[in-house]
Amino acid sequence: MYRALAVTRAAEERLEILQKQGHVTGGLYRSLGQEAGAVGAAFALNRRADGTGDFLAPTVRAAGALFLFGGELVDFFRQYMARATGPTGGKESSVHWVDFSKGFVGPVSPLGTMVEVMAGITLSFKIRGEPRVGMVFSGDGASSTGAWHEGLSFATAQRCPLILMVEANQWAFATPTSKNTRVASFTEKAPGYGLGAESVDGTDVLAVFEATSRAASRARAGEGVQMVELRYYRRKGHAQHDAQEYVDPAELTEWEARDPLMLFEKRLVEEGWATEAEIDALREEATEECRVAAETAIAEPLPTGSDATRDVYTDVTTQHPWTRAATPDPRVAMDVI
Amino acid sequence: MNGPIPEHLQKTARGEPVTMLEAISEGLFEEMANDERVFLMGEDIAVYGGAFKVTRGFLEHFGAQRVIDTPIAEGGFTGAAAGAAHMGLRPVVEMQFMDFISPAYDVLTNYIATSLYRGAGHMPLVVRGPVGGGNRGGPFHSQNVEMAFFHTPGLKIVYPSTAYDAKGLIKAAIRDDNPVIFEEHKGLYRAPALREVLPAEDYVIPLGEAKTVREGSDLTVVTYGAMVHKVVEAAEVLDSEDGCSVHIIDLRTLLPLDEDSIVESVKRTGRVLIVHEDTRTGGIAGEIAIRISERAFEWLDAPILRVTAIDAPVPYSGSLEDYFLPQTDDIVTAARYLAAY
Repeated sequence: MYRALAVTRAAEERLEILQKQGHVTGGLYRSLGQEAGAVGAAFALNRRADGTGDFLAPTVRAAGALFLFGGELVDFFRQYMARATGPTGGKESSVHWVDFSKGFVGPVSPLGTMVEVMAGITLSFKIRGEPRVGMVFSGDGASSTGAWHEGLSFATAQRCPLILMVEANQWAFATPTSKNTRVASFTEKAPGYGLGAESVDGTDVLAVFEATSRAASRARAGEGVQMVELRYYRRKGHAQHDAQEYVDPAELTEWEARDPLMLFEKRLVEEGWATEAEIDALREEATEECRVAAETAIAEPLPTGSDATRDVYTDVTTQHPWTRAATPDPRVAMDVI
Repeated sequence: MNGPIPEHLQKTARGEPVTMLEAISEGLFEEMANDERVFLMGEDIAVYGGAFKVTRGFLEHFGAQRVIDTPIAEGGFTGAAAGAAHMGLRPVVEMQFMDFISPAYDVLTNYIATSLYRGAGHMPLVVRGPVGGGNRGGPFHSQNVEMAFFHTPGLKIVYPSTAYDAKGLIKAAIRDDNPVIFEEHKGLYRAPALREVLPAEDYVIPLGEAKTVREGSDLTVVTYGAMVHKVVEAAEVLDSEDGCSVHIIDLRTLLPLDEDSIVESVKRTGRVLIVHEDTRTGGIAGEIAIRISERAFEWLDAPILRVTAIDAPVPYSGSLEDYFLPQTDDIVTAARYLAAY
């Protein structure tokens, strides 16, 4: 569990270096302060690589859960660096990729949609009588979207075995939660949907694991959709370009004192589960693993431009427009077509 | 299978003619019977059998796991269809009226249409439902929705005009590995003139292939859906009163567009009229016209013209709606202008 936390932190720190070096294609989204929410939750599920396990829809701030479900570090770096060798061949970014055998479906940017999609994935478990559950992450911002509500309306009415993780990190880009909703806790929304719900300290990996384990048991037992609210703080900007001028520095200091890795390290030592030396070794190992994976990805090629025409349909070819040829000639085009 | 096939879905088996609605019901039923991955979701489709009764008797035969009554959450259940498609099922979603597809626009365009391209796998699902005016349905029960989706690569759009085509196309749409929007003109659903005896054996009509409805040499009319029948009426008038021979193409599939059939015909007649029930600005006529311009400009003897609905919401009162919709006389008038050009 600590290893997964350390890998998440190290992977994102490596991304920051890569971005400064100009290797990262687009935005970079940190989950600093939220790592325990992703890791603790994923630990509560049945993770298998043969297409029979539980199912995960992470957000970009739940990369730790993706890694625990078998998402490869090297693919994570390939995605951020838009490599041809990545799982989307450079057509999509970050954690936006899928592996149905391992049991994960990466998100799309309108994040509320993933509640709808996971409603359908867990509906299929129900239709086939499979003892599997699904878990969908969504931020507090996504909870304001129509898709989030429509997905929940459908999933609760169908009693889908779905766990909704609400990442209550207090910000939707630059808008505070108080401007997204009047409720103090997202669990207050739960009775309106007939959801089971718990709120948990999202910086405490073991508490997250325990709360999510209870939610998973209820979902697996046929009690329908379950919500787990993760209370924590997004300590970085929405993306790396966001300097967080809107954040009170005192708040950041307060939450730095509740860093999930630091808290768990303390606990590990206090309980005698690990020594400081063992913890240091795990962190170094994680850093090295990320460095090697990133180096591998850097060395790999970018996609060829014309790959942009591929895979729009399974059976219809997308043409490059003849008017964009070097010497457009309608007569030639007419004869050729 | 749970018990016998309902009587009303055995007309083709008995050699009796069917309406377009019955043809669609038979097509859906056969695909569900042949492939257990196919299942239905929509508002009031199970217990009630659907607002137009397309799925009457399905719940009793296939059970509640495969015929699912949903909340009024078009985005929610269309998104759920995407999830089910990821897991290897083949969902068919009904919009009670296609006017209500707009909450699902997000998931259809951002998620479903892009899935294959994003490496998230193919999306074998169908979104079907009634469209079209002429039934005094007013602004929210009469729209055509094709052009809201025509601009989205990754989707296919089908719009049949006959019972035979509707059955063959719905079956092809369900078997297609790409997401398909399937528009059913409610004015054609139970039109007596469209009743026909269908082949007893299984058949499909490939998506993306237009059909020649009538051979002609003076003028090409490109159309689809309910307008096909008005264009045929107009062609008969033009033939008998003007001696004008009209070639009619029924697109059947709007996306991908069967450009070759259009261009081939235009090269023979040199004159082309595009007729659609949908509103004018941003209608499919614009896209067809530019493709003809790109590929057959020098074969044209006259400007490309269109007859369409007016640019307005669909009005309720009969007098207003008849004025709003393209009528046979409008088509005759435009065709005469073109023929004399």
